[in-house]
Amino acid sequence: MISFGPTEEQEVARDAMREFAASAIRPIARRCDEDSQTPDAFLEQAWQLGLVATQIPEAYGGAGEARSPITNVLVLEELAHGDAGLALAAVSPALFAMPVVEFGTEAQKRELLPLFCGERFHAASLALVEPGPCFDPTALRTRAERKGDGFVLSGVKCCVPLADRASHFLVLARENGGDAVQAYVVPRDAAGLALAAPEKNLGLRALTTGTLTLERVEVPASARLGGDAGCDARRIVNLARTAQAAVLVGVSRAVMEYAIPYAKDREAFDEAIAKKQAIAFTLADMCIEVDAMRWLVWQAASRLENGIDATREAQLARSYCAKQAMKIADDGVQVLGGHGFIREHPVELWYRNARTLGVLDGAGLV
Amino acid sequence: MIDFTLTDNDKKVLDSIRAEALVCRNYARHYDENEHEFPPDELPEAKDFPPMMSLFGGRTKDDTGLGVISMMVAGAQSWGDYSVRMRRGRGGLGNAALRAAGTPEQQQKWGGLTLAMAITEPGCGSDPSRVQMTAVLDPTTDEWVLNGEKIFVTTGCRAEGVIVWATLDRSAGRAGIKSFLVEKGAPGFIVAHKEKKLGIRADDTAAYVFKDCRIPRGNLLGGKEEIPKESSGGFAGVMKTFNMTRPAVAAIGLGISQAALDFTREQLQAAGVVFDYAPGAASQSALAQRFFELEALQEAAMLTVMRAAWLSDTAKPNNLESSICKAKGGAAVREITQGCIELLGPMGASREHLLEKWFRDVRITDIYEGTGQIQRLIIARQILDYGRTELK
Ligand SMILES: Cc1cc2nc3c(=O)[nH]c(=O)nc-3n(C[C@H](O)[C@H](O)[C@H](O)COP(=O)(O)OP(=O)(O)OC[C@H]3O[C@@H](n4cnc5c(N)ncnc54)[C@H](O)[C@@H]3O)c2cc1C
Repeated sequence: MISFGPTEEQEVARDAMREFAASAIRPIARRCDEDSQTPDAFLEQAWQLGLVATQIPEAYGGAGEARSPITNVLVLEELAHGDAGLALAAVSPALFAMPVVEFGTEAQKRELLPLFCGERFHAASLALVEPGPCFDPTALRTRAERKGDGFVLSGVKCCVPLADRASHFLVLARENGGDAVQAYVVPRDAAGLALAAPEKNLGLRALTTGTLTLERVEVPASARLGGDAGCDARRIVNLARTAQAAVLVGVSRAVMEYAIPYAKDREAFDEAIAKKQAIAFTLADMCIEVDAMRWLVWQAASRLENGIDATREAQLARSYCAKQAMKIADDGVQVLGGHGFIREHPVELWYRNARTLGVLDGAGLV
Repeated sequence: MIDFTLTDNDKKVLDSIRAEALVCRNYARHYDENEHEFPPDELPEAKDFPPMMSLFGGRTKDDTGLGVISMMVAGAQSWGDYSVRMRRGRGGLGNAALRAAGTPEQQQKWGGLTLAMAITEPGCGSDPSRVQMTAVLDPTTDEWVLNGEKIFVTTGCRAEGVIVWATLDRSAGRAGIKSFLVEKGAPGFIVAHKEKKLGIRADDTAAYVFKDCRIPRGNLLGGKEEIPKESSGGFAGVMKTFNMTRPAVAAIGLGISQAALDFTREQLQAAGVVFDYAPGAASQSALAQRFFELEALQEAAMLTVMRAAWLSDTAKPNNLESSICKAKGGAAVREITQGCIELLGPMGASREHLLEKWFRDVRITDIYEGTGQIQRLIIARQILDYGRTELK
């Protein structure tokens, strides 16, 4: 039955996130961007929201709430409305933990999930993106070769969220030279794993990211997510694309909600610039697109929630949102004119974030 | 709960409509090439399809809401053919206006007629407050005397009556404008000509002349003869008619662009283009990538339509959202059909296929029921909290 109505619990969660984004994220977003740092204090504060632990089954120490891709996109839009980098930092442990919840063997769940059920923030991350042109999450260059009972991993991964603090990485790689992608749990201190200095990126600077080099890193058979059954890497990518699209909705809404009061206040040629159609229609287009983007995201999330293949919907949502968010952020800068170019306003930050997010295909998994 | 799956009942309705739509499609080219030869009320092959109302029997509260499913039905019909579809069932735009603004007695009296709606004049379209047609009361006979011209009247020839907008006092602006019901055959009411069009040619579009046309005093819709001091709530009331017709217009356009996409996909696949949604942008062919872009646009636009209708189904205001979906739908269908022809090349422009016709038919979507610009004006006023004098 087609319905656009969130449940009451989802509305409560969404409102709580909106409030958190306004009070705890937006006020520090600029400083974190300038420092290119995710502050530990923020991560601890966000941890109290229980974004990760609530979705871990009780048997492993979590709150055992049903994992809902729909709730996740509602939450992500709100957090990203505060700041996309900080939103991704806050949920980054889920990049690691949720695939373990969905696909992990009993032993993997028992070993790894309790890490995310404590009082303190625990960092672990997903290593998916690879450097160089033509990155495609379904055609990875990183390889896992069978050796004896275990695997040998070789390759380079970049844009790994909070890599500087992560205890474990979930490394996606092509297995045995074939096309099939599988995931491997690699502890930070594994021999052959090297972590470069934090990356310097155009946007999402409030999210510290790192580059990992895996030089013949040997892991036991038990490191393969899901054991012999493996994992559904396509579903991981679909979840990632949908989540990333939700973040782009949040960024776009932030631009729109900033540009509207600005345009009403700013005057030129004896009246508010918002009274000029060229500006007013630009704002109307932002309003139209934020809606259109959101429903595409919801549609993909609803399929994921129902366990239906969402490859098509997730791809359409991600690519559409990437394109429209870029346009909205671009127009946002233009509505502010020269002021849009100055770092006193957040619009240039959103412009950089929209560009960066839009090319991180599959890197926004929750 | 947020959900986008169709129930069995939903599918049953849509499957039946689509099957019938394909019958209509067989006639599409004929009525396009023979512009003023309008299709019959019922096509011979369509006789055995169940009447629309019967399809909606047995629906429960677990099925998709009536507003949303109606939008999908409208899209499924025009996916077959825009104009041949329009022939089925009675009722025109004017019927919606009668329901919105007529008194219960008026609705009772004229509800069974097919009614056109005539606002547009040679000198005014987007700004209906500039209506020049006049209505003057003749107290000696208790009749209204109408004078003026109306153009672009949809179902203008076939309709049994029309709702026209006319002014009681030009100097009173929008407050002076009232709607009147004129039945065909009223003295001085002339159907002047049929318009020749870019597309939707099987659609009946007429021009009217009213020359001292006399109608009974009771034909003023709503019955309120006085001119309110402040700009009237009555005008706003009539404008509310558009809250469901705008999503419907967008849905109809999107049915056509869906047909264009389906055809384009089929042809490209037959030519060996691979459509695989899993790989990232870097691994897609330019043709597939562009096709996905158009497809995303289609779905995004259709979702805004369903959203506007869902709000109406759940008794929530949808004024903003109905303009959003009309603006989005109107722009989307243009880009999609233009893009599909581009993807197929010369074949797409050939009259051997319907794609070129869909490209022409769909262009009206962004024009009538308020152009894309007018929708943006409405949206901008709402989000900026401006009145119509602050943003024109
Ligand atoms: C096939 C067809 C069927 C129709 N059916 C009906 C019908 O049944 N009943 C009926 O009453 N009418 C009908 N119409 C008329 C239709 O609603 C009008 O054509 C439409 O509203 C636009 O008006 P216009 O043609 O006078 O254009 P104009 O108002 O002259 O507009 C020309 C251009 O100026 C733009 N513009 C106008 N005002 C503004 C503004 N304030 N800001 C920015 N841009 C602006 C418009 O968007 C447009 O791009 C039909 C038209 C067609 C073609």
